[in-house]
Amino acid sequence: MNEQKFQEKIDLERKIEPKDWMPEEYRSHLIRQISQHAHSEIIGMQPEGNWISRAPSLRAKMILLAKVQDEAGHGLYLYSACETLGISREELVQQLHDGKAKYSSIFNYPTLSWADMGAVGWLVDGAAIVNQVSLQRTSYGPYSRGMVKICKEESFHQRQGYEIMAEMAKGTPEQKEMAQDALNRFWWPSIMMFGPQDSDSPRTGNAMKWKIKRQFNDELRQKFIDQTVGQVKVIGLEIPDPDLKWNEERGHYDFGKMNWDEFWSVVNGNGPCNIQRLDHHKKAHSEGEWVRKAARSYSNKQEIINA
Amino acid sequence: MSLLNYTLRIADSSLILAQRISGWCSKGPTLEEDIALSNIALDLFGQANGFLEYASKLDGNKTPDQLAFNRNEREFFNLQITEQENGNFADTIVRQFFFSTYSFLFYTELSKSTDETLAALSVKSLKEVKYHLQHSKSWMLRLGDGTEESKQKTQDALQYFWQFTGELFEMDEVDIEMSKSGIGVGNSELKTNWDKMVNEVINQSTLERPVDAYMQTGSKKGLHTECLGHLLSEMQYLPRAYPNAKW
Ligand SMILES: [Fe+2]
Ligand SMILES: [Fe+2]
Repeated sequence: MNEQKFQEKIDLERKIEPKDWMPEEYRSHLIRQISQHAHSEIIGMQPEGNWISRAPSLRAKMILLAKVQDEAGHGLYLYSACETLGISREELVQQLHDGKAKYSSIFNYPTLSWADMGAVGWLVDGAAIVNQVSLQRTSYGPYSRGMVKICKEESFHQRQGYEIMAEMAKGTPEQKEMAQDALNRFWWPSIMMFGPQDSDSPRTGNAMKWKIKRQFNDELRQKFIDQTVGQVKVIGLEIPDPDLKWNEERGHYDFGKMNWDEFWSVVNGNGPCNIQRLDHHKKAHSEGEWVRKAARSYSNKQEIINA
Repeated sequence: MSLLNYTLRIADSSLILAQRISGWCSKGPTLEEDIALSNIALDLFGQANGFLEYASKLDGNKTPDQLAFNRNEREFFNLQITEQENGNFADTIVRQFFFSTYSFLFYTELSKSTDETLAALSVKSLKEVKYHLQHSKSWMLRLGDGTEESKQKTQDALQYFWQFTGELFEMDEVDIEMSKSGIGVGNSELKTNWDKMVNEVINQSTLERPVDAYMQTGSKKGLHTECLGHLLSEMQYLPRAYPNAKW
């Protein structure tokens, strides 16, 4: 009965709110997805944080720092959205540290030159937007509203990233080389951010029926590729895919085979920065423990005094 | 020439401290605090940028970026307290508390400068510094009167950073000239109020004011602690390695 009403609501495009009845599986699917999304925002601060101290101009430094700070804000919204499902931020962080919760695998790649700040903003935030625009229509109210808020900032990030890339592509030969190298390294991992091909993706079923997920991975990936190819051409760089070409009949770009062995190997812990990223987060968390304790102890004392 | 030097001192302190604080990004004790520290760093970078733009105009030759990225250690005039490493969270808070208290008093006076640009930049900076002061004060209380461990760490930080507070009130011939002409601030006169404000927070935080001992000095002549060279070599790496590149 409950379940039928729930589904009717979803079919009518009404949002599910925290107090509404929902199937346990819907709840756990959302917790998994939203927390993975939140952790991605937070772990994603590191590859770009890596260049804040070395940003080459005052303007670049301020833009980059503000961008990484935005990502922290996104993490906050998303942790809060997740908490409406009855799980605390501490528990979610614990799951991350225990390896039970994942984050987007793209952040397990290193940022090796300033051009990577361009590539990450342009491609990684760009791919994230395509996904998040689609998720603005997700059925869970707090998640959907979070996406609306976040998308506005993400489009700034993408433009700023593209601007860095464009500037470098028309710069000195060394800069152009850095730009192309960044594109070469980030292209394939970026298009794999949309997840496995739908033919290999076992969880899609219920997520679609419950309208948590609104579009298939392959659809989103194609949209991203179609919109990015033109941008690459404008700045005179080359996408590292010899099979990429316009398909008149489909009205889309065809593209080469993705390396899913590498993808799964990185997801399962064997990427260049997996250990480093998690250690960084654990270290900051444990070094902050005495500070959080002090703040709690102080506020307890104040409560007693004010009681 | 004195005005340029005077402006650079202000700009450099903001720039170097901002560079330091930005090192907290992704390492804060909570997500909220991570965001707050980045905010402070962003404010200080913005202030540095404003003062460097003015310095660039006075200089007539170098752009603000060249001033930030192409000067050597001995050409930087930031207060030594700003270049000290972040240390633990208590170190960062104590450094911020000392500096923000000073900045609050300094910009309050500089807002009245006969130099319109300096006055306008100070008004803007003062608004932000009030928030920085509030932020560091509230943490002084929580850390000082939190747990035994946080108290000890904060007391240690007070002890360490004390040696860099003498510089805040020093005046050399540039300061005297600027102050006499109504452009600059008589820094030595800020000390009474600084002591009052600092003592009050130290007492409220159940901490102890360190005993005056050896005070570091030198930044007005471009003399620094060993920390600054490392900070600059990281911050200036790209423009130095690729002098012909635009970013
Ligand atoms: Fe984000
Ligand atoms: Fe972003």
